[in-house]
Amino acid sequence: MLQAFLQNIINGLAQGSVYALVALGYTMVYGVLQFINFAHSDIFMLGAFSGFYLAKWLTPIVPNPLVLLLATILGSMVFCVTVGLTIERIAYRPLRSAPRINVLITAIGVSLFLENLGQIIFGADPQVFPALIATKSILNTGGLVLNNIQVLVVLVSLVLMVVLHWIVHHTKLGTAMRAVSFDIEVANLMGIPTDTIIIFTFTIGSALAGAAAILYGLSYPKIEPLLGTMIGLKAFVAAVFGGIGNILGAAVGGIVLGLAESFTVYYISSSFRDAIAFGILILILLFKPAGLFGTFRREKV
Amino acid sequence: MKISMKNRCFQLALPLLVLPLLIIVGCVKKEGGVASAVANAAASNEIWLGEYGSMTGSESTFGVSTHKGILMALDEVNKTGGINGKKLQLKSYDDQGQAAEAVTIITKLITRDKVMLLLGEVASSRSIAAGAIAQQYKIPMVSPSSTNPKVTQVGDYIFRVCFIDPFQGSVMARFAINNLKLKKAAVLRDIKADYSVGLANYFVDEYKKMGGEIVADVSYSSGDVDFKSQLTLIKGKNPDVLFIPGYYTEVGLVARQTRELGVKAVLMGGDGWDSEKLTEIGSDAIIGGYFSNHYSHEDKSPVVQNFVAQFKAKYGEVPSGLAAQGYDAAMVAVDAIKRSTELSPKAIRDSLSQTKNFQGVTGMITINEERNAVKPAVVLKVVGPQKFSYVTTINP
Repeated sequence: MLQAFLQNIINGLAQGSVYALVALGYTMVYGVLQFINFAHSDIFMLGAFSGFYLAKWLTPIVPNPLVLLLATILGSMVFCVTVGLTIERIAYRPLRSAPRINVLITAIGVSLFLENLGQIIFGADPQVFPALIATKSILNTGGLVLNNIQVLVVLVSLVLMVVLHWIVHHTKLGTAMRAVSFDIEVANLMGIPTDTIIIFTFTIGSALAGAAAILYGLSYPKIEPLLGTMIGLKAFVAAVFGGIGNILGAAVGGIVLGLAESFTVYYISSSFRDAIAFGILILILLFKPAGLFGTFRREKV
Repeated sequence: MKISMKNRCFQLALPLLVLPLLIIVGCVKKEGGVASAVANAAASNEIWLGEYGSMTGSESTFGVSTHKGILMALDEVNKTGGINGKKLQLKSYDDQGQAAEAVTIITKLITRDKVMLLLGEVASSRSIAAGAIAQQYKIPMVSPSSTNPKVTQVGDYIFRVCFIDPFQGSVMARFAINNLKLKKAAVLRDIKADYSVGLANYFVDEYKKMGGEIVADVSYSSGDVDFKSQLTLIKGKNPDVLFIPGYYTEVGLVARQTRELGVKAVLMGGDGWDSEKLTEIGSDAIIGGYFSNHYSHEDKSPVVQNFVAQFKAKYGEVPSGLAAQGYDAAMVAVDAIKRSTELSPKAIRDSLSQTKNFQGVTGMITINEERNAVKPAVVLKVVGPQKFSYVTTINP
């Protein structure tokens, strides 16, 4: 019984880490611009496919699996950043002064566009993500199993989150980001180049999605153009759960959601997996509208 | 069928565009389709058949294989002069593996293309959805490989040339107990697919009846990628057999995670496993698994060997079970049209229902009162990448 409990924690942590990385992208853009970037989940999908093609191309050239893995992660991050910034420039920036609902609808449009574009370019048939590193079991005692991919997923996520925390709280850029998030107009008056800061925000968010996509591909080697939809929704729930706009909240939210799903499936039934995820969202919105770590800010008149 | 980019673009937009139209069409008089189909046939030198299948989407290999089998059958018939001098023509559309899309397409085939008979689908859920439309317009439909019992219960115009789930589920239960002597089984079913739930239910019934013990019966939803919680639960029960009657996309991932978690059970499933992608996604983990199927290209009977040789010559690949089913569906349809007293959907329906001991590639086919095929099943073993070897045949 205890083994099963621990095993569920391991499984939930690995899945939750991916949710957390994607959730960070949602929460950061929300923090700065107060709108939900629905295209984020599709940037994640494009990250998985760019990793897929990059890995196929690199495998014969790069013999060292670790170098190959790092190169793929970096390549995917760079690609996602390019896509993220292009979207920001083309679709979001022209609407900066428009009502927020316009940007929101645009984001949904961009998301649908990317999904359908993905189906045309990659085909709707699932592809098998290459095994960049062989799956090896690290721990296998008393019925408890832990493999290197799970450890890698959690470790890489953790490192990226620490780096992000450092950027936001201990650099000038981070201070500027927080200032923009607090009040974009005042920040602008104080001489903060808000457009540059927004570009940085999109860069970081998209890069995290790119890294998450590779980790996802390694754990579940079946990728398709619609894979972002469900992950995106879950990550969004995680972000709201933790308090949208709050970085620590998104990280914690992702992990909690991963664990909750894992336990739900084990102790109740898999049919409730998604119900629990969205049930959590509803409960949080009912009792703590600002989320776990979020601070409620009154709409300015 | 090659699908051009433009075409696919169009198909993506199709549901949105067609849905309002469909509602309008649906309200208009129903008999129009049939009447003009008859008029059409009498006048022309062609007989139009319609096909709908998943040419793209997560189960695309099913649709594409079936399509190849159907095309081959029709080419063969046309080469030998067609039916009474009339050539067979096929109109086929892609439903992207979605029930809503299948409904749209089948309506289009009936009302716009005025086909005489419909061939499709592989997945039971889509055959049920689209079958309701075929029944409504009274156009006979022959499903090549939908094995859920409900498919032909839709109405008296719906037929199939494959066996039904109860048979497949009980075949695997019997195989596990009689051939492998394994008496402790766990079931992992796809709760969103009629196909999977049907197979699982009948497996459980037959397995228990034969003295086996079901130690765990858990579920997932198609589209899931993480099954570790379910497998952790199964692992705790230590079964000899894990029955996963799902489709290859999920089964591949399930197999991987099964081995990652150290579950030792023998993996088993149904014809949803039949795809070259199974071993690609499942890698080494799926090797050693068993699944039931409609036919094996390793079967030494001359009918099968002849079919395999011709298919290879045409497409340069070994036909999958679904290709053989597609071929048989088309051939049974052709046989019925030949025997039919006149060229009308009603007459074709009547002669379809009288199909008896038709020698198909997938065995001797007889259509029973429930419009299901009574025929044998084979058990295959996954032995290597894209290699399934024939184990045994289990008769009804």
